[in-house]
Amino acid sequence: MNALEPAAMGQGLQSCHGCGLLSRPAPGVEKGRCPRCDEPLEFRKPASLERTMAYLIAAAVCYIPANVLPVMKTITSGGSESDTILQGVVLLWSPTGWPLSLIVLFASIMIPSAKILALLYLVITVKRGSIQNNAQRVRLYRMVEIIGRWSMVDVFVDTFTVSLIQLQPLMSVEPGPGLLFFAAVVVLTMLAVESFDPRLIWDSADAKETNREVQHA
Amino acid sequence: MGDSKIVACLDCDLLQRIPDVPTGASVRCPRCDKELWRHKPDSLNRTFALTLAALVLYIIANAVPMLGLHAVGREAFTTVIGGAQQLWHDGQQIVAVLVLFAAVISPALQIIFLLLIVTGCQRERPPFWVGLFLRNLHFTRTWSMIEVMLLGVLVALTKIADYAHVILGTALFALFGLVFLLAMIQSSFDPREVWSRIEWAEEEAHSPETAGPVTGVTP
Repeated sequence: MNALEPAAMGQGLQSCHGCGLLSRPAPGVEKGRCPRCDEPLEFRKPASLERTMAYLIAAAVCYIPANVLPVMKTITSGGSESDTILQGVVLLWSPTGWPLSLIVLFASIMIPSAKILALLYLVITVKRGSIQNNAQRVRLYRMVEIIGRWSMVDVFVDTFTVSLIQLQPLMSVEPGPGLLFFAAVVVLTMLAVESFDPRLIWDSADAKETNREVQHA
Repeated sequence: MGDSKIVACLDCDLLQRIPDVPTGASVRCPRCDKELWRHKPDSLNRTFALTLAALVLYIIANAVPMLGLHAVGREAFTTVIGGAQQLWHDGQQIVAVLVLFAAVISPALQIIFLLLIVTGCQRERPPFWVGLFLRNLHFTRTWSMIEVMLLGVLVALTKIADYAHVILGTALFALFGLVFLLAMIQSSFDPREVWSRIEWAEEEAHSPETAGPVTGVTP
C-alpha cells in the first residue's frame, strides 16, 4: 500500500457505483461484486473512453440529418410545407414568442453540438494525460450531464404539435424524418455522458504526484 | 462490517472520511467540489409523504386530457400517452417509444421504486430488494424528463396559439405539481441513510467471489 496515493484506485480500493461503499477486492478475483448491494465492481468504468468516443461519433453523424431533414410536415388544403429545427426556431420568433424561440435554439441546436465538443475535449485531454484544469474539466462534465437532457425539448414540441393539430382535411401536422435523427442525437449524447468516467481526469495527475513524492522520499 | 464513513469521491476517486455535519449542511469533496452527502432532516418520512402525493398527481396527469384545441367548430384533446400514440401511427415508432419512456414509464418507475424503498425501510430489517431498487433509482431519474416535456408543451402551445384556441387540461396542472414534487423529493431523500439500514447482499448470497469491505484505512 502506498500511503502517498490520494486516490482509492492507488490504494487498491474500489468504490461501488450503486451504493458508494468502498471495498477491497478479494485477492485473485477478477470481477468482484459489492458486498452490500451486489453491483459488479470496477476501478474505472470499462472501456470508458472507447465507448464515449463511439457514442460521440454516432451522435455527430446523426447531427447532420437531424438539422437538415424536416422534423415536421404541415399539410393544409393548399399543399404541404416542411420545417427543419432551425425553421421552427424562426417560425417561433415573434414579439411575444422570442424567449421560447431562444430556448429552442439553445436546447436543440447549441446544446447538442456543445455537448459533443465538450465530451470530445474531455476524451482528448484524458487520452493525452493532461494534468491541467482538472477542477474545471470535471465541472464541465457535470454541466454537460445536467444540461444535456434539455435538448429533448424539441422532440416533445413536435410530439404534441403533431398530436394536437389533426384537423383533416383543413390542416394536419405529421412528424418528419429528421425527428428520428434528432432523438438519436439526444439519446446518443446522453449515453456518451453516462459512459465517460470523470475519475479518469484525475488519474494522470495522481500518478505523477505519487511518482514525484516517491522520488523525493 | 466496514466503515461506510470512508468513501472515495465518485467524480475524482479521492479517499476521504465523511464527517458528521448538522442537518441541512452538505459535505463536499475538497478536491473536485462534488457534493458527497447532504444531511437531510427526517428524510424517509418526508420522502414517503411527497412520493405518495407524486403518485396521486402522476395518475391524474396520465388519466385526463392535457391539452385541447378548439378550431373551426371542432374540439380535439390529447393526453401524454396520446402524443406518443399519434407519433406511432405516423410511422415514428422509435421516437414514440422514446417519448413514452421519458414521459410516462421512467417517472412511473421512479415513483414506484421510491415508494418501495421507503416502505421497505419501515421494517425492522429492510429486505435486500430495497438495495436493488435503490441502486437502479439513478437510471430512472436520468431518463425521467417530465420537466423537459412541460417546456416542450409550452413551446408547442405558443406555436399552436397562432392557428387555434388552445384549452389547458387538468393534466397540465397535475404535471406542473409533479415536477415540483419530484424536485422536493430530490432534496429530501437521503440514499446514504437507506444504505445504512439495508441488509448486506453478502449475508443473503454467501457468494465466495464477493469483495471484502474496507477496514482500518486512514487517508
